[in-house]
Amino acid sequence: MASWYALVAVGLFIAGYILAGSRARAVAGGDYAGMHSLPTYHGLYTASLAFLPALFIFICGSFIAGQLATYSAISALPENIQSDVLRQGAALREAINIVRGGSPAAASAEVQSAAESYGSVLSAGQWATLALGMLAGFGGLSWGLSRVSMNFRARNNFEKLVHGLLWICATIAVLTTVGIVFSVVGETYRFFFDPDIKGKPTVFEFLFGTDWNPQAAMRADQGDIQTAYGFLPLLTGTLLITTIAIVVAGPLGLFSAIYLAEYASPRMRAIAKPILEILAGIPTVVLGFFAALTVAPYIRGWGEAFGLEVASESALAAGVVMGMMIIPFISSLSDDVINAVPQSLRDGAYAMGATKSETIRQVILPAALPGIVSAFMLAISRAIGETMIVVMAAGLAANLTFNPLDAVTTITVQIKTILVGDQEFDSAKTLAAFALGFVLFFVTLVLNFIALKVVQRYREQYD
Amino acid sequence: MTDLTAGGVNAPAIRRVEFDTEEAKARLRRRYRSEFRFKVYGFAALAVTTTFLLLLLSSIVSKGIPGFFQNVIVTDVLVDAGKIDPEGNGDAATLRAGDYTAIARAALAEAIPGIEGRQLKKELNGLLSSGAGDALREQVLADPSLVGQRVKTQLLLADEADVFLKDSSTTIRTIADTRGIATPTGTTGDVTIFVGANDFADDIAEVKAELKAKAAAIMEAIERRKARGAGPESLKDLEREAADLRIRYEAAATSETLDSKTPSRLVAINGGIVKVKEMTPTLVKGEVIIPLKSTADAAPGTWQIRVYEKPESNRNLNDRGLTFLEALKAKGLVENRFNWAFFTTGDSREAELAGIQGALVGSILTLLVTIGLCLPIGVLAAIYLEEFAPKNRMTELIEININNLAAVPSIVFGLLGLAVFLNFFNLPRSAPLVGGLVLALLVLPTIIIASRAALKSVPPSIREAALGVGASHQQAVFHHVLPLAMPGIMTGTIIGMAHALGETAPLLMIGMIAFIVDVPTSLTQAATVLPVQIFLWSDLPEPAFKMKTAAAIMVLLAVLFVMNGLAIWLRKKFERRW
Repeated sequence: MASWYALVAVGLFIAGYILAGSRARAVAGGDYAGMHSLPTYHGLYTASLAFLPALFIFICGSFIAGQLATYSAISALPENIQSDVLRQGAALREAINIVRGGSPAAASAEVQSAAESYGSVLSAGQWATLALGMLAGFGGLSWGLSRVSMNFRARNNFEKLVHGLLWICATIAVLTTVGIVFSVVGETYRFFFDPDIKGKPTVFEFLFGTDWNPQAAMRADQGDIQTAYGFLPLLTGTLLITTIAIVVAGPLGLFSAIYLAEYASPRMRAIAKPILEILAGIPTVVLGFFAALTVAPYIRGWGEAFGLEVASESALAAGVVMGMMIIPFISSLSDDVINAVPQSLRDGAYAMGATKSETIRQVILPAALPGIVSAFMLAISRAIGETMIVVMAAGLAANLTFNPLDAVTTITVQIKTILVGDQEFDSAKTLAAFALGFVLFFVTLVLNFIALKVVQRYREQYD
Repeated sequence: MTDLTAGGVNAPAIRRVEFDTEEAKARLRRRYRSEFRFKVYGFAALAVTTTFLLLLLSSIVSKGIPGFFQNVIVTDVLVDAGKIDPEGNGDAATLRAGDYTAIARAALAEAIPGIEGRQLKKELNGLLSSGAGDALREQVLADPSLVGQRVKTQLLLADEADVFLKDSSTTIRTIADTRGIATPTGTTGDVTIFVGANDFADDIAEVKAELKAKAAAIMEAIERRKARGAGPESLKDLEREAADLRIRYEAAATSETLDSKTPSRLVAINGGIVKVKEMTPTLVKGEVIIPLKSTADAAPGTWQIRVYEKPESNRNLNDRGLTFLEALKAKGLVENRFNWAFFTTGDSREAELAGIQGALVGSILTLLVTIGLCLPIGVLAAIYLEEFAPKNRMTELIEININNLAAVPSIVFGLLGLAVFLNFFNLPRSAPLVGGLVLALLVLPTIIIASRAALKSVPPSIREAALGVGASHQQAVFHHVLPLAMPGIMTGTIIGMAHALGETAPLLMIGMIAFIVDVPTSLTQAATVLPVQIFLWSDLPEPAFKMKTAAAIMVLLAVLFVMNGLAIWLRKKFERRW
């Protein structure tokens, strides 16, 4: 259906371009200099007039058709399913799957009938959309054709449309943020305050609870396991791994940056920079594999040689590898700010007889400090939000501990664990993942904001 | 009166610094030392980082190289018409449905004749993959006249056998200088072998030494746990195990039972192989794995003792399978070949059959959607912000937004995809379309920032010259500035795509983690991508999948290196200094 529509819309565009272009050429009769706009612009303008209404109607039409079809499918379901939010959602998904060509045999009669009404309304809506879209397209096309004349300002009109397109593209970033806020905040609000959701915690229980056990929510029959949504163990786990990562990456990244910026010969830089870039480009799933299969057993063996009990999914392994991941991040940002310190400051320090390291420690680093602090903030925010390394190398058990040799879990691991696989979109468990996502989004936003403010507030102006 | 007489009474006393006193020299030495130390720290930090990278790459490569190879049995097989085409109608559908596994098994039975008993046959057939007959099927389908003839083909080995051949951690020691005449009591089943000299005395001593070492290790573990305050209850099992071992190694050196926790010992005699279950210095009792040719006496030196150093319980391939495999290897039937099928098949539950084609195609489809969306949108947004945007609050808001989005964790984009694309717009789960949409939003900030930098680097004189000859602002930008910024934009786009190609977490959220065997052919079909495939395989317990994971990682890294290399090449080639 969508491909038919695309064919029609592109056909309208091409037809508009060719028809209006040739008409403009006919109107000009060779006197292009006397025409306000070139025939190409007449063509483009008319093509847009034909294409854009068709596109607009397609977007609105498919949305409305989908909503209507969903509504009709719900009303085709029996009363007892309609009243239960969870079962209604499940039946609806099943029906939609049947329409999309899933497994029709397994479904019950009610779902079949819902699927039929969904399918019929959807296809009716789509045909109506196509008809309307073609109508609007032809309307735009003929209107555009009727405006072709010597004095018509086709270029200016077309450029206005292009300007609008540019503006829309630029606001997609804003729309993305709105989408994130809409999805994450909305679901989080439901998690805490929607009366239909059973087994949800209060905000206080969530923020200060020390037990995290969302899985029990799946099995209502196992009454003795208490479902708990205490966020504290996830927070400490995340902070523990992040701390280890920063302890590893902070000195290594900063010293690498200092060496590269102040000591290294151009040849050395030419070798070392790509190495850091390669490290930065390695996908985190690869680092996770390395952490789980190489680093974790190594740390475990090492610990046992000293008589320490090390969990096979220790926080240390995940933290060290995560540190590896952020070394290039810290070093490239610090390198930039160190290089941005004006040469005159260095020269001044040398003139006073300071050695190179004294200059760096007492002049350059203080001058570059806001930038370095902001680099660390961004690195922390990246470590908190990192998923694959901890999913593969850290554990699932929510232990409230600060021992780096124990297994801990993190916010991102829990989001992944809850949301991978089949999920009911209206259960407390699924919504808990969105609440965690909200925490993650909020924390990283605040860290980025602080990083920005630190640079703005404390940056010295040397020029 | 101006202060011309600066050296007057009120001037501060000048502090004299002596440079040639011992104290000053020591101070200078100290400062130079600290200078040297500081420089060493910097170099060490770089060295440690480089070591990390080298460790990572070497660990992946050493694990991954074997994953590209595959052990097969290369042998002549009889394409038995009765098994694939009993009615002789010879059409493709019948030939395709034929029982090629049975043919492969028959070929194996031919290679190691005389194996009887259900259990042993099962172990022998277990060496073959469930797809062992696939190569033969392709051969027969390509040339139906092969039915009824003997054909040279390759039979795929199961992953346990394959991993055993690739992994050198099981050494096989052969003791050939046997001193006594050995007499077996039978050729199949449970047999006893009598030996004229005490050939097994050394073996018994060895086994007892191992038991002793093991008991000592357990005792040490108990002590360590006690020191850490473990209760006596939790140590009971360990203590019992240690006591059992002690009884065994302290007993007189007359008889010893071998179990799966000590190295296995086998006797190769009269063309057959017997697995030792119990031994005294002069006789062994055991189970025949490969039948003996006769019960004749074997002269000293014509029979051998073989020791599989790694205990059976630590291996994935048991003694029987290992023995069969060694026999096949001794006949020269096993070959290690490059596994092209790795690139031409989809995922599978069987490690030896699993390939990455499905994931590769899924990645390509996903990236097509991503680049199709974020290249035009990113470039147009960059043009707007760099060239046309008025200086107002809206523009400022957009710029702050873009910078913030670049730092939002990727998993949050996954949540966005789940809530908006899947649940609100009801797009299909696991589809490359949705994956591409999510990744497009994820890399959009990168592309906008890179494109803005590229546009900014085009000097204003170009724009002004175009405007000067009467071009409109848009004509100046689209006809003159944009083409000059294109190399920079392409470089940024390629780097953004490389980032998207390696991204995993958001795709897990939208369900691209399903087990999918078929290679996807459309944007709305369920699919997976290369990094997710790596994640899925890394979770599986089979060692063969670990090798495949590392091999898939090597493919991913190779693609990423090529993409980044291309970006650097583009930058170098089209870089222009104005």
